[in-house]
Amino acid sequence: MSIQVENLNVWYGRSQALYNVNLIFEPLSVTAIIGPSGCGKSTFVRCLNRMHEEVPGASVAGEVRIDGVNIYARSIQPMYVRRHIGMVFQRSNPLPNRSIWENVAIGPRINGLAGGAALKEIVERSLKQAALWDEIKDRLSESASQLSGGQQQRLCIARALAIEPKIILMDEPCSALDPISTFQVEELIKQLKSAYTVIVVTHNMQQAGRVADNTVFFLQGKLIEKNKTEKFFSHPEKKETEDYITGRFS
Amino acid sequence: MSTVVEKQSAANPFQAPRTAQNARRKASNIVIIFFSLLATAFAVTVLLYLLLYVLRSGLPYINVALFTRIPTPNGEPGGGLANSIQGSLILVGLASLFGIPLGLFTGIYLSEFGRGPIATGVRFLVDVLTGIPTIIFGLFAWIFIVVPQQSFSGLAGGVALGIIMIPIVARTSEEVLRLVPKELREASLALGATESRTILQVVIPAARNGIITGIVLAMARVAGETAPLLMTAFGSPFFNSDITQPMDALPLRIFNFAESPYQAQINQAYAGSLVLIVLILLTSFAIRWATGGFKQQR
Repeated sequence: MSIQVENLNVWYGRSQALYNVNLIFEPLSVTAIIGPSGCGKSTFVRCLNRMHEEVPGASVAGEVRIDGVNIYARSIQPMYVRRHIGMVFQRSNPLPNRSIWENVAIGPRINGLAGGAALKEIVERSLKQAALWDEIKDRLSESASQLSGGQQQRLCIARALAIEPKIILMDEPCSALDPISTFQVEELIKQLKSAYTVIVVTHNMQQAGRVADNTVFFLQGKLIEKNKTEKFFSHPEKKETEDYITGRFS
Repeated sequence: MSTVVEKQSAANPFQAPRTAQNARRKASNIVIIFFSLLATAFAVTVLLYLLLYVLRSGLPYINVALFTRIPTPNGEPGGGLANSIQGSLILVGLASLFGIPLGLFTGIYLSEFGRGPIATGVRFLVDVLTGIPTIIFGLFAWIFIVVPQQSFSGLAGGVALGIIMIPIVARTSEEVLRLVPKELREASLALGATESRTILQVVIPAARNGIITGIVLAMARVAGETAPLLMTAFGSPFFNSDITQPMDALPLRIFNFAESPYQAQINQAYAGSLVLIVLILLTSFAIRWATGGFKQQR
């Protein structure tokens, strides 16, 4: 699915977090969003599935069109938007008092996608897609909090995949993971783009270089540059981008 | 002073300097540890003494009749507290029927939807309710149930106790619901769940242990209430399961018997106290066991 952002402005109460963002995401690609802390990159991805609204006092102006449909149109309810967009958070957040299986099944159940054998199939497929199936296939009924940090994050990815989205948003998915788990998740991201439009927020520029087709740079709430990842890191167009990727920013 | 520190650290950097400040620090450390230990010891001693005293005075008079018979007329030996135990169970059950859902949903409102002046007002009111002397709730039930009904009743007692439970359950559940991490709510919302579904299926299960603790506390609290029952359930020397009629309760019976001139009744008051404590313990264990609370607490 293509995503088209037009004149997006976002506020927390009175302080503005994003200024006039215009951006297009190509379908079936990985886009990395980088920028210093507080630059609005998390806020931006959370606007793409209307999770931003869950923050008290938050407001949005502008349009986000997904396959041509403005998800901020008056007639559209946020929960129907979220049903089509998977989201993975910075801190893995499996539901603690549910089993591994239930954690993946909860999305399709909530949305009435499937039951019985069909649900079983979805859960298995999602766990396989998240490269977790082989590790946990014998302990599906164990509590999800028994898993390691990296496994929990992959479980969260499986959970996001189980609602059969077209778009996956990831908000710093590896920032709490060790290098091995990070590698696994990155491999996963690369595979996901064959079927999904993936948008990854990251602090880690090497990670952006490794996984992303395109890279976007935010600074102080403004979109500075969007470019092919290769070009972005070798020949940045803007001076701010160059300063940031060469570490000359304070 | 810094020169002193440097001079000493040259010899042994881990040797504490012999300054007045350091001596004061050591002394205040010892004083604080001493007083916290003293206070703990005092509190535990009082509690243990109380428990042992009730145990010693009540245990010899625990017998089968206590649980099967009703009280005998004044002074006659024998008899039991069966009707009081039955009454207490009915009253606490009735109170839970009113108090738990009302309290829980108030707590959910306060933690999940409560914003702005209305919620602040509700929160303040609930806090005030927690502090009101319980006899006032008895008075309330007396005015609104006993007077129109022209009769003391178990229903009035249950309502009075139920109202006492509301603020306790509401505040404890609000607190524990607030502690549920934002990430869990977001996990559910991001899957397309509605707010109510998120609360019911994710937030409440995550806060379950805390909510149950609040409920058990509230039940234990009202199980021992006497004052509000004096003018509502009133007490009765007979078996009664009709909630429109006066009903006995353990604390009421203890209150009445403890003042009795007959030694047999005083002894039964002690036995009744012991039964009340054990009943409260058993109920809280039973609730925890039935809701799987022990498993979670590993």
